[in-house]
Amino acid sequence: MDGATPSPSGGNLVANIMYFARTLRAAGLPVGPGRVLQAVEAVRAVGVGSRDDFYWTLHAVFVNRRDQRLIFDQAFHVFWRNPKLLERMMGLLLPELQVPREDGAEMSRRLAEALRAGQTDSASRPHEDKAEVDAAMTFSPREILQTKDFEKMSTAEMSAARDAVKKLALALAEKPTRRFAANPRGARIDMRATLRAQLRAGGLIALKRKDRAPRPPPLVVLCDISGSMSRYTRIFLHFLHAVINDRDRVHAFLFGTRLTNITRPLRTRDVDEALDKVAAAVEDWSGGTRIGQCLAEFNHRWSRRVLGQGAVVLFISDGLDRDAGVGLAREMERLHKSCGRLIWLNPLLRYAGFAPKSLGMKAILPHVDEFRPVHNLESLKAVVAALAESGTRRLGAAAEWAEMRKAG
Amino acid sequence: MASLPTSVADALALLAKGRYVADRSLATAVYLALSLKRPLFLEGEAGTGKTEVAKVLAERLGRKLIRLQCYEGLDVASAVYEWNYPRQMIEIRLAETGQESKGTVESEIFSDKFLIKRPLLQALEPDAAGPPVLLIDELDRTDEPFEAFLLEVLSDHQVSIPELGTIKATEPPIVVITSNRTREIHDALKRRCFYYWIDYPDAARELEILRLKAPGAPAELSRQVVAFVQKLRAAGELFKQPGIAETIDWAHALSQLDVLALTPEAINDTLGVLLKYQDDIAKIQGSEAERLLAQVKAELAAAQ
Repeated sequence: MDGATPSPSGGNLVANIMYFARTLRAAGLPVGPGRVLQAVEAVRAVGVGSRDDFYWTLHAVFVNRRDQRLIFDQAFHVFWRNPKLLERMMGLLLPELQVPREDGAEMSRRLAEALRAGQTDSASRPHEDKAEVDAAMTFSPREILQTKDFEKMSTAEMSAARDAVKKLALALAEKPTRRFAANPRGARIDMRATLRAQLRAGGLIALKRKDRAPRPPPLVVLCDISGSMSRYTRIFLHFLHAVINDRDRVHAFLFGTRLTNITRPLRTRDVDEALDKVAAAVEDWSGGTRIGQCLAEFNHRWSRRVLGQGAVVLFISDGLDRDAGVGLAREMERLHKSCGRLIWLNPLLRYAGFAPKSLGMKAILPHVDEFRPVHNLESLKAVVAALAESGTRRLGAAAEWAEMRKAG
Repeated sequence: MASLPTSVADALALLAKGRYVADRSLATAVYLALSLKRPLFLEGEAGTGKTEVAKVLAERLGRKLIRLQCYEGLDVASAVYEWNYPRQMIEIRLAETGQESKGTVESEIFSDKFLIKRPLLQALEPDAAGPPVLLIDELDRTDEPFEAFLLEVLSDHQVSIPELGTIKATEPPIVVITSNRTREIHDALKRRCFYYWIDYPDAARELEILRLKAPGAPAELSRQVVAFVQKLRAAGELFKQPGIAETIDWAHALSQLDVLALTPEAINDTLGVLLKYQDDIAKIQGSEAERLLAQVKAELAAAQ
């Protein structure tokens, strides 16, 4: 960090802190006016003697999560380098601003957009024309980075999705938690409520009871978006959007050749806007599949953060894997052991006489608790019904599948 | 009783006197939390010394340390207060034999004598040495209802007990909240706090921590241990990277076994102290450990 320190004169500094907060807000950090006041108070307490201290003071106030650190870091270095530059920027006097970057490092896209705020987007995203190839039942040998446009949802589809949601609202079997709630037929006596009622009423002591309050467990959805699954992707995204907006403690991830967390983009209420945001966030649509690698990343980075409290994991994939199942069995085993229940939804199961021959599928099958088809809204409803019954955990849906084959 | 630090350097010195080796950035967050009287929110992987900060603060400032260990289903009865029901019922029984009026009995039953005070209520009580340090450990283990309740308590520093009234703290306690990030804490709670992510230390800092916490280990062993652990973390393939607590444990274990310098056999024997997942141990044991050790020795030799 170079030696330039911000100006010590009170009024200027406060205004600068406010502008800085606005930049951060535009870049996506949730910074409200309360925080700005807190920041000013904090800076007054610590003083502006050293740039390091100033950095960490603002960091302690404005940063809430570990992933916000990078944006904050870049914003701080750009902003507090040259206050005059900043004033000009804020006055929007320059049509296009060339912000000098340290050693050619790429500024994060969000921050760059925030600093160019207010100017019209001259370079619109390039629309690529691609031939619609029915890539079902295949897996692509190379990674294709593509953008994807979603057609808007039709009214019929919208109502069908709403039906599915209504059913979902009752589904996902509740598990008892450790929290107690009043329940007249409960197993335990609630001493607190009993004595409190006693105070009011007097006479014979009426025993109040309590029992464990049930609650649906968290849900984590891992959805394959490679080329072979492309025709189902849209319907799954609608399903995911409905689920995420219906309940809390849902996380959604898309994977193809890389893993992307789409929980936040999908939280937007309007389904078309949500899908647009998802399309922008994900880069490997309809490309190849590398299930093992993506699962390894999930296990490493996300599993301990989202699989708490006995989560149910929905794994939506056809099991066709470019890496031919290398390392897949181990990652699947770890995933199975980290969650409460693992359900595999496979659109290929719709074909009669389906047999899991590919190495990828054979690697996955021993480690799932349930194995179900899903290729249209009908089977989705069946899946929803399945989630409603609390299935016991079974190690090896393969055994059940073998029975199914024997039966017919 | 020591007074609160008056500057960031002061806070850094305070932590150092408590044998806690901290970055200036952590000292800044600590100083802000102490002087502006807001909670300090420490997030980080397990074994990075979050709980230790609260303990050191309590010890150096001469305050009582009140610890609330969070778990799923933590409710008001376990966190704030509970009435001593059996005693109350006996008291009612005894009073029935006497001639006292209902009103007297009532006021006696719901008095301080029968109140069991749990950590949050204890933290609000006045203390001769000054407001205590309230450590809310592993907040990510509880659920949202408790977080909402905590939000209320932390903003007003008061709890209301229906039978007794509102109990308000004369001086707000020093609150330190830790989280392992197995669940995202709601922004509403984090907003009130000064946030800090405690990362794994770099080589220099880890070496100093080892010097303070494992003084029995020979200097050469400490250097090798630190270099080895830094390499393990840098490789990034482990499911759970070893934290600073594991490094200290490993140094203790090795010096207990009278190991003067790392050898592949010593590493293989004691790997369970450093790594806690079988997958990780399988990855590192044997040839990988040998390779890393050879690299460590080469680098240390070159540095000298």
